[in-house]
Amino acid sequence: MSPRGIPTAAPRMGRLLPVAGRAGLMLGGVLVALVFLAAGVSLVWTPHDPTVIVVTARFQPPSAEHWLGTDQLGRDVASMLMVGARHSVTVALLAVGIGGSIGTALGLAASAIGGWVEEAVMRIADIGFAFPALLFAIMLSAIYGPSLSNAVAAIAFINAPIFARVARGSSALIWRLDYAMAARAAGRSRAAIALAHVLPNISAVLLVQATIEFAVAILAEAALSYLGLGVQPPTPSWGRMLSEAQTLLFLEPMLAIWPGLCIVVAVIGFNMLGDGLRDATDPRLARAR
Amino acid sequence: MIRLLATRISTLIATLAVVSALVFGVMNALPGDPTLVILGIDSTPDGQAALRARFGLDAPLGERYLAWIGGALTGDFGESYSFSVPVSELIAERLPVTLPLALLAMVLTGIAALALGVGAALHHGRPGDWAAMTLSQFGIAVPAFWLAILLVLLFAVHLRWLPPGGFPGWDDPLAALRALILPATALALVQSAILARVTRSSILEVMRLDFARTARAKGLSRGQTMRRHVLPNALIPIVTIVGLQFANLVTGTIVIENVFYLPGLGRLILQSITNRDLFTVQALVLFFATVVVLANFLVDLAYILVDPRLRRPAAR
Repeated sequence: MSPRGIPTAAPRMGRLLPVAGRAGLMLGGVLVALVFLAAGVSLVWTPHDPTVIVVTARFQPPSAEHWLGTDQLGRDVASMLMVGARHSVTVALLAVGIGGSIGTALGLAASAIGGWVEEAVMRIADIGFAFPALLFAIMLSAIYGPSLSNAVAAIAFINAPIFARVARGSSALIWRLDYAMAARAAGRSRAAIALAHVLPNISAVLLVQATIEFAVAILAEAALSYLGLGVQPPTPSWGRMLSEAQTLLFLEPMLAIWPGLCIVVAVIGFNMLGDGLRDATDPRLARAR
Repeated sequence: MIRLLATRISTLIATLAVVSALVFGVMNALPGDPTLVILGIDSTPDGQAALRARFGLDAPLGERYLAWIGGALTGDFGESYSFSVPVSELIAERLPVTLPLALLAMVLTGIAALALGVGAALHHGRPGDWAAMTLSQFGIAVPAFWLAILLVLLFAVHLRWLPPGGFPGWDDPLAALRALILPATALALVQSAILARVTRSSILEVMRLDFARTARAKGLSRGQTMRRHVLPNALIPIVTIVGLQFANLVTGTIVIENVFYLPGLGRLILQSITNRDLFTVQALVLFFATVVVLANFLVDLAYILVDPRLRRPAAR
């Protein structure tokens, strides 16, 4: 089980799993593709400019002109959601990318060097686990003011120890395999083996982990921007759309529905894709974890 | 056993030392002058100097860290800049909101997760199992604060059964409890989705063991086997996750208190950011981080106490 108590493996579903597993992989892939599509398209086109305020067009119901209606300032909700997708994906990509790279490098180095270095890296990772991303984001926001880069830094910070542990755990197995030992016997340095043999062989595990951490990062980004610690106005983000909609619950409840649905779709998509990829790349892993 | 305990306690102390140094380091050693953060860029040098003197910011970093951590150990977190009262007083005032909220959420999590997990395990491989696990897949993906907003929409806006936010204080315990029900439920539903999965797989694992089959073979009903033999043995991993989740719940209160405008520690920490009250933020972050570390430590301890196999070093 993962240290944060989030089971990262799909539980066995008896006879249902083979079908459900493949369907899950497909469905996860489709949902993730949708999110990336919305994010990508928003770079070049949105139905309306999501930051333009049209006071005369407040609280419009869904129509051909405004697919999901407009908010309290007359901004087009669908356009805001698309740009929100872009920010979610960007934060997740950067945070998981940076934290994952640092963590993987540390874990790989730890398993290659061994001894007290390995012990030290793992103890540092343990402490990283004790530190929730939210607290880190709060500290950075207190000093530098809330911003997108603080959100990225905070989420990257919790990712590094996760990847360090996964990279070290899975590469420990590779070092004992014949081809790694043969490379040692042939005189290749540990660093060269780590990069040429170990890293490619643990990349599938890392990719699966990254997919699942992507889901966690999207949830974290949403929470941070909901609290006002992430992307700053006027840039739309799912989390902040929710915090604005919350004050209008009595007037226009649908404004609080759409951004939440987007978050759920994105998170379920990445979770299913990650679970499916895990089963597809290594059936033994799905059981062992 | 004693040696193991000593190791764990020394690890705990070392972890707390590093965590506190990390908090202090991020808040003080990173570039950025705290007096500028607090007073703003248009402050005068005299004003900055006065603030430095008042909070002892002229002393070397190491000395300040030792003074801070020494104070924290005796419950003295210094003075809040924006509230002009000791931070410990603020914590004491707000804890009666945050702690009951986290505890209530924990109880609800346990009940919901056990019901869902046991139910799913008993219907293993059948539609009931599938439905429960699909539900939990959704639960894991739903942000607690969105769930909170949906609960407000249903129970406060439409049905008008419960208040949409605010806290009346513990003078009227019933009203206070009513104010905590929705926030605790929002926290609990998400956590119980996670715990239900662990519960289900743990029970399934124990149900496959010989003694569970023997219990059934000697004539105990499914319910009796579950209560007397399976559940007690399946509880070990469940307890571990519960402990880790308590830490999640405590930090989750930071977000949820802001959804419901509850005057707890979570709201205080965000107010302190807005007020640029660095010292209060620093104290509260240390407080939350300590709770997380302590929860992890207690889980470790409970684990050793519950499972005798772990007491022998060779078994690890």
